Amino acid sequence: MTEMTQDVSRFDRIIDRYERSEESLLAILQDFQREFHYVPEEGIRRLSEVMWVPASKLYAMGTFYKALSLTPRGRHTIKVCTGTACHLKGAAQILETLERELKLKRNGTTEDGEFTLECVNCVGACAMAPVTIIDEVYHGQTRPSKIMDMVKKQVGG
Amino acid sequence: MVAINSIEQLEAYRRELAAAAKPDLPTVLVCFGTGCQANGSRLVAEAFMEAIKEQGLQVDVNIGIKTTGCHGYCENGPLVALRPQDILYLKVKPEDVPEIVEESIKGGRVVERLVYRDKVTEELVPRYSEIPFYKHQLRIALRNIGTIDPTDIDDYILAGGYAGLAKALTMKPEDIISEVERSGLRGRGGAGFPTGTKWRSCAAVDSDVRYVMCNGDEGDPGAFMDRSIMEGDPHAVIEGMIIGAYAVGSHQGYIYVRDEYPLAVRNLTLAIEAAREKGLLGENILGSGFSFDIRISRGGGAFVCGEPSALMRSVEGNVGEPRAKYIRSVERGLYNKPTVLNNVETWANVPEIILKGAEWYASMGTEGSKGTKVFSLVGKVNNTGLVEVPMGISIRELVENIGGGILGGKKFKAVQTGGPSGELHPGTPG
Repeated sequence: MTEMTQDVSRFDRIIDRYERSEESLLAILQDFQREFHYVPEEGIRRLSEVMWVPASKLYAMGTFYKALSLTPRGRHTIKVCTGTACHLKGAAQILETLERELKLKRNGTTEDGEFTLECVNCVGACAMAPVTIIDEVYHGQTRPSKIMDMVKKQVGG
Repeated sequence: MVAINSIEQLEAYRRELAAAAKPDLPTVLVCFGTGCQANGSRLVAEAFMEAIKEQGLQVDVNIGIKTTGCHGYCENGPLVALRPQDILYLKVKPEDVPEIVEESIKGGRVVERLVYRDKVTEELVPRYSEIPFYKHQLRIALRNIGTIDPTDIDDYILAGGYAGLAKALTMKPEDIISEVERSGLRGRGGAGFPTGTKWRSCAAVDSDVRYVMCNGDEGDPGAFMDRSIMEGDPHAVIEGMIIGAYAVGSHQGYIYVRDEYPLAVRNLTLAIEAAREKGLLGENILGSGFSFDIRISRGGGAFVCGEPSALMRSVEGNVGEPRAKYIRSVERGLYNKPTVLNNVETWANVPEIILKGAEWYASMGTEGSKGTKVFSLVGKVNNTGLVEVPMGISIRELVENIGGGILGGKKFKAVQTGGPSGELHPGTPG
């Protein structure tokens, strides 16, 4: 019982930061995503209870918005920009290198839960294409030959 | 912080800031836009603070460090500007900092190897304002970007900020709409719909509630005009929205920002809080009796949410699916209430139009398209980045004069405009 209460409180901490309004739903789900690296089912149930919205609506949002994931993501997220400018400057090679070296597929997570690899639409930093974002830190003019060193240097792996 | 309760108090506050400002004080401006941060500008700023702290003991040089928004010249970042010398250094590394402090700040000399070199004449151009990339631009929407600290509302006020709002509050809402109509401003999001006409339609609908919204869901690959404005001059957008809200009779505004722009979200949030503290947002703005506030909605990484009806559904807390086009959002928009939705760049133009007048704005541009437009110039040109030019300028001028021509002196074959849904223009006719 105690464990259950604690469980709910970690969601309530986030929910309580926002107004009790449907306008806050997306922001709350994004904060769940940020904190837990995915949107947990218990989180959806709790949010549905507190806000009086059907869980189906929250699942619909969870699958619609690319920023949200219903399955656990890695502790570190590597986003490779595949917008037009980055594509032209070799985003595909960066992706392939990361897939090979980290042994995962794009939009997948490594078995040890360390890394998730995502493709993102244009991040608006085209002048420095190709761009790779490791845990919110932007790296410009990334090269396939340097990318793994960069990842290791930043996450210390 | 004390709230400003009247237009007179705002002007008095501005004079106070001007009196306290020290224009001759050496100032180092390190760009903190997304581009420059990715190139390591944080380390450069730290190196400056370190060097200044160290040397400050022996040398009597007083230096202020400010972090600015994106200058739009990202390829050459990190950018460091020095005032009052008006020097711009490119690709500055932390190792370069001691030399800049020694030579430029203390000695008043230029560090030549960090200065812009003209690709054709090989001439060195140390002065910010004379670099061809900037010289041929006409900056209205980007007026403050790179020169003010976007997280400091005083900087914006000192640069003339909220004077447009102060003027608007002395006008009749109807006259503001006419002013925007006569300016010829058209929506900068791409469709080019006349802004004044949109406002008039919204104001004409009989309703107890109206909304104004800002579309910051800039998602077309290659475009980052709006990101730069939201990050680098958030108050320009906020001021434009307050004026628009007063004109159409709205008391609640929303800014929808895409999830991929965390710095824009942060700077807009800080700006809204600062504006509230100063009495420029909230109840009884500048003692006028008019009340208005703004909320930020973070997008969820869905490209379609840039479409107005999908964006509104997303703000309401739903899946962002577009609805039938025949329902006009000026009549039935957010929560089915009359809504004005304008793009970031459109809003940023509004305060200047009100302040300087419709005639001033309409004196620039072409017959059908007035004013200026911000372009993001990227690809195989010598100078890439954000540029603001008068409407009607030829693409060739843009590419050759501002862009510095094609990389490696090659032939100008074609240019693509308007993102993936835009057009491909050949460099030579036929």
